[in-house]
Amino acid sequence: MHLETFAHGHSPLHRLDPRAKLAAALAFSLLLALARAWPLLWAGLGVGLLTVGVARLPLVELAKRLLAVNLFIAMLWLLLPWQVVDSPGWLGLGLAYHPHGLDMALAITLKSNALVLVLMALVATSPINQVFHALAHWRAPVKLLHLFFFFYRYLHVLHREYHRLDWGLKARGFSPGSNWRTYRTYAHVSGMLLVRSYDRAERVYQAMLCRGFSGTYWVLDHFAWQRRDTWFLAVWSLLLLGLFALGRTLA
Amino acid sequence: MELLRLTGIHFAYPQRPPIFQGLDFSLEQGERIGILGPNGAGKSTLFLLVMGLLKPQKGEVWALGAARKREKEFQEVRTSLGFCFQDPDDQLFSPTVLEDVAFGPLNQGRDKYQVRLLVADTLQKLGLGGFEDRVTYHLSGGEKRLVSLATVLAMDPQVLLLDEPTAGLDPDTEARLEQVLANSGKSWAIISHDHGFLRRNCTRLLRLQAGRLLPAS
Ligand SMILES: Nc1ncnc2c1ncn2[C@@H]1O[C@H](COP(=O)(O)OP(=O)(O)O)[C@@H](O)[C@H]1O
Ligand SMILES: [Mg+2]
Repeated sequence: MHLETFAHGHSPLHRLDPRAKLAAALAFSLLLALARAWPLLWAGLGVGLLTVGVARLPLVELAKRLLAVNLFIAMLWLLLPWQVVDSPGWLGLGLAYHPHGLDMALAITLKSNALVLVLMALVATSPINQVFHALAHWRAPVKLLHLFFFFYRYLHVLHREYHRLDWGLKARGFSPGSNWRTYRTYAHVSGMLLVRSYDRAERVYQAMLCRGFSGTYWVLDHFAWQRRDTWFLAVWSLLLLGLFALGRTLA
Repeated sequence: MELLRLTGIHFAYPQRPPIFQGLDFSLEQGERIGILGPNGAGKSTLFLLVMGLLKPQKGEVWALGAARKREKEFQEVRTSLGFCFQDPDDQLFSPTVLEDVAFGPLNQGRDKYQVRLLVADTLQKLGLGGFEDRVTYHLSGGEKRLVSLATVLAMDPQVLLLDEPTAGLDPDTEARLEQVLANSGKSWAIISHDHGFLRRNCTRLLRLQAGRLLPAS
């Protein structure tokens, strides 16, 4: 299972304390959310590319994820420039074309990509359980943490069950084609996947009960804040301050 | 002293024929019971009932000094009844071995520093020294089974309830497990198809068949 593709590299960013990286990502996303001026948005994207470069993330994986994000955003480009009006409008469909919507779509595209890049470079470069721990250290709401934790855990479960079923098919010489037998087999597999994952999730929960689980997820690891974490935060703050100043002078 | 007693247990899974109709079972302090029986006889179900993870339709579960009926009553004794699931994939849920083995002791309210030592010690005894930072879902089948045993032993329970603990272990590892069990000085009930293993490690053998527990040899 490789949800943590980026977590095990050797870049300077990988070695940082997850708390420093989380704080940095949080500050960046706040700044980005408030940004209005175009140069600032482009600069944000630049910062995203820069951090990804420093993190030396594998390009193919990176491209796959960006593609997924931008497929979703592509819909916005199609939808945002149109507005419903009372008059017959364009081709009598009751729609009016507003180029202003394109600006909005571009702004969203820039912000999302910048944010995703920074999150991948800063947050995805720590193993996910360390990120949870960092959040727990900050006294994030326990319920929310559990939700994340179990969501993540059961993604693994689903994925593993899927592989088992898949191997089961392959081991018995199944090769998919575009025919009814394939469709029916896949329908069975997806049904089975749901049932099995549900069962498994239930038993895992039972196993937790057997070990006295009563709602606390423990933090064992204690992070050691290093000088490099302070340096990183200092440089990052300067960068964000620069962006902020840029935004103010343009406003 | 009696540790566990089930009396007159009736149980059926929803929309299935009954598995138990008046089953009795008991475990004394110092007793080591081996449970045999064909596939699907209800051996795993028996343990789930003892743990209060399934509730009988009729009958009484008595464990460690009191009758246990409601969830709260079972919660009090669960970490003292060291139950190890048949499938280690059900047992292990934390990202790393350290966190998984530490989970039970931390729930028991032990100090974090001591728990670390305890985990290291437990893993060492099972021949898993240095496994702390391994990722649980990338372990081999046999390693997963040993780690899931470690998660139970680390809680220092009064009783061990092990569901097919030797399945998938090589002979050396099985021998080490026997040694760890013998040194633990605990009482236990072990489900297994390995007759020799049960003979060597148990004081009393039972066979579960057609909903009844009968003495076996
Ligand atoms: N969750 C369930 N729902 C319905 N039937 C079940 C469930 N779990 C087990 N069974 C059935 O109950 C019977 C006893 O199962 P189990 O206790 O796992 O047997 P054993 O451990 O002795 O092999 C089997 O026939 C099994 O198919
Ligand atoms: Mg079983």
